[in-house]
Amino acid sequence: MAAAAIHFTLNGRPVALEARPERLLLWALRGEQGLTGTKYGCGVGACGACTVLVDGRATRSCVTTLAEVERREVVTIEGVARNGGLHPLQQAFIDHGALQCGYCTPGMVLTAHALLAATPHPAREAIAAAMEHQLCRCGAHQRILAAIESVAAGAERSP
Amino acid sequence: MSEPRGLSRREFFRLAGGGILVCVGCAALPSLAQNRWPRYPEDVDAYLLIGADGRVAVFSGKVEMGQGVMTSLAQMAAEELGVDLGSIDMVLGDTDRCPWDMGTFGSMTTRMFGPALRAAAAEARSVLTGLAAARLAVSPDRLSVRTGIVSVKDAPSRHVSYAELARGQRLLRRVDAATVLKAAADFEVMGRPAMRLDARAKVTGEAKYAADMRLPGQLYARILRPPVHRAQLQSVDTSGAEAVGGVTVVRRDDLVAVLHADPQRAGEALAALRAQWQLPQEAGPDQDGIFEHLAKSGAALTESAHRGDVLAARPRAARVFESTYHKGYVAHAPLEPHAALAEVSAGRATVWASTQTPFPTRDHIAHALGLAPEAVRVITPFLGGGFGGKSADRQAVEAARLAQLCGRPVQVAWDRSEEFFFDRFDPAAVVTIVSGVDAGRRAAFWDFTGYGAGERGTAHVYDIPDLRIRCGGGMSYEQSPAPQQLHPFEVGPWRAPGANMNVFAIESQMDIMAAACGSDPLEFRLRHLSDARMRAVLEAAAAGFGWQAAAAPSGRGCGIACATDAGSYVAACAEVAVDPAQGGVRVLRVVCAEDLGIVVNPEGARMQIEGGVTMGLGYALSEELHFRGGDILDRNFGSYHLPRFSAVPRIEAILVRNDGLAPQGGGEPPITIVGAVIANAVFDATGARQLRLPMTPERVLAGIAAAKLHGS
Repeated sequence: MAAAAIHFTLNGRPVALEARPERLLLWALRGEQGLTGTKYGCGVGACGACTVLVDGRATRSCVTTLAEVERREVVTIEGVARNGGLHPLQQAFIDHGALQCGYCTPGMVLTAHALLAATPHPAREAIAAAMEHQLCRCGAHQRILAAIESVAAGAERSP
Repeated sequence: MSEPRGLSRREFFRLAGGGILVCVGCAALPSLAQNRWPRYPEDVDAYLLIGADGRVAVFSGKVEMGQGVMTSLAQMAAEELGVDLGSIDMVLGDTDRCPWDMGTFGSMTTRMFGPALRAAAAEARSVLTGLAAARLAVSPDRLSVRTGIVSVKDAPSRHVSYAELARGQRLLRRVDAATVLKAAADFEVMGRPAMRLDARAKVTGEAKYAADMRLPGQLYARILRPPVHRAQLQSVDTSGAEAVGGVTVVRRDDLVAVLHADPQRAGEALAALRAQWQLPQEAGPDQDGIFEHLAKSGAALTESAHRGDVLAARPRAARVFESTYHKGYVAHAPLEPHAALAEVSAGRATVWASTQTPFPTRDHIAHALGLAPEAVRVITPFLGGGFGGKSADRQAVEAARLAQLCGRPVQVAWDRSEEFFFDRFDPAAVVTIVSGVDAGRRAAFWDFTGYGAGERGTAHVYDIPDLRIRCGGGMSYEQSPAPQQLHPFEVGPWRAPGANMNVFAIESQMDIMAAACGSDPLEFRLRHLSDARMRAVLEAAAAGFGWQAAAAPSGRGCGIACATDAGSYVAACAEVAVDPAQGGVRVLRVVCAEDLGIVVNPEGARMQIEGGVTMGLGYALSEELHFRGGDILDRNFGSYHLPRFSAVPRIEAILVRNDGLAPQGGGEPPITIVGAVIANAVFDATGARQLRLPMTPERVLAGIAAAKLHGS
């Protein structure tokens, strides 16, 4: 289809892209937007490396078109930090050593972000279930669960 | 004195604004010299630069692929130099700035490069202390160093910083004699858990991988691929691709590519290519027929160990056990597919590539482009996993060739299908072990014959009087038949190459003998072990696990296994639950103990144990390539099953202290015992011995049914 202006919010700022509606969000982010924290892993929505938030929900950008994000709010890993500081999940991943090669990490953080937004205090089993379709090859799984659990537990303590 | 290769001394100091550069030559470390190619006699093995700002740059040809060497190497430099970890900057895998390196594999970074780096840092400390002695007008032995400050021991107010000492210097020192390194008892940075230096960049998305690099005007290339290995291109119609707006089509010999400023458009152009292929005459073996194919290959056996006389020992044994073990092909499947960005202009090439071997990659690119190696610079950003799979560099050569042909920067980033297709898989393998026990329930002889996996991991430390180990069809290209004749597609090194299969066979066979003797598997192993390090890791794993002695099968689902690899000793206990109706194996917990000599970063070592155990669950339970000859049927994660969160047990890592030994390999050893420890636990749960990896539910069910039938 012909190019048209597609409007959405990206990491809190409005963007208007002249693009074909079938253009994939992944390539728009990694291309002209310069947001390379969103990774290509499989191209079919099977590994989760390309996960971003669309209206707060974890979404596979490699199988999401720009038409599907029209007038929606997109957040990438570059947009989750708060007031210049790290998001608690990012800090927890550092503190727990919950990464090795780091390639799956943005998708892991954002999937956990969506989980905690919907369910602030998930049990360990619920965390594992929510993360089940995020692939990690280095074997950081145990530490990723611990990192997410620590943030969930921390949220419980705060008023 | 020769200059360090790559960056000249002048350029070095220009970049750094002065400073002190310390190099270590390979003559200081004979262990390194053995691993070098003789082409670079003028080269050095390590260098570091103390800048006028007090920061220390460490240059290494190694790469960071998740294994944590960026952090552990920095710890080594900081320790010997006497600075904070935070003042170290690591420059890795850049062929213009780093000393030549063979590649990052074989768990060799800490063992082989570590001593050179520590020597360079120790020499730098000595040089700086000498400068400080002159500045402060005291003898060097009256000085001490802490956090980059040299002070007089009995008058600490008299001090000078490394930054002040380096300022205005143009000093190059080369170390060619062995240097005295710090003893473990004096460590302040090494041996203490350090958080990863790359963690912040990786949680914020700032960390750059090869596909994240950008140059103005770059094109994204997609390359025409054969449907199966060994297919020949007959003809290609590019008219459909050329109709895609803005596309460039390149055809040169075997290379047919479409390029576009947008990767999605390039993909559409690729799909529009119409190619005719001549397929191989015969389909070739599949994942079930491959073992007969390997056994009939006529691969010559090479004897790697020999003790006593196994043929004479066999008739004397009270009981003889013959078992044949099988394992299919396993993919590396790093989350980051191979990628490269190349720029070729004015007779020089610069290539950012995801590769474990930047220097050999540079040479391959130079050869393909008709340039001198010095005219090619390979830069290795972070790697999104390697595991041996990125010791190949096809994508970097492709990007460089296309950039040369187009005159514009070109990115080649494989999609997942290409990543599976061009993987150099962990080879399928067959191992037969014939062993026997005497009337006193001791192993009497051991006759090991392996095809496909190679020799790594075959040499165990059990005290068995008569022993023979023979291997054929390994991964050496000097053997007959060479791997490319033996296998339907390329095979290559996969995290602890061959050892996963060989240890699976060895440790299963030990369990078979223990069970036949009615012995507890731990006790049976200890009965055959005089090796103190192996005893220590076994006992540590058993204690951490709470191992209760019992002959298998006890019905509890507990297993044990041990091995040596890359200079380290490792043992694990596992507990599993087997679903008797479906055959599914659920791993409940794993306790893994490792002695890797001096531990540079305990936190990093634990991560490698946890990671190795987790990754090992894949080849143990679910990962096996499906193929028909050169037709790779698994092209994505839908049919090729990596371990997922639900499959990961509680993993406890135990580091067995051994500060009397220099640091040994950490990245590979733990994964070698995972297949065996799970198989032994499955036997303990079910009474059915699993002889083939992976232990899929169907195979476990079949094993249980067969065991019932035979009433054993």
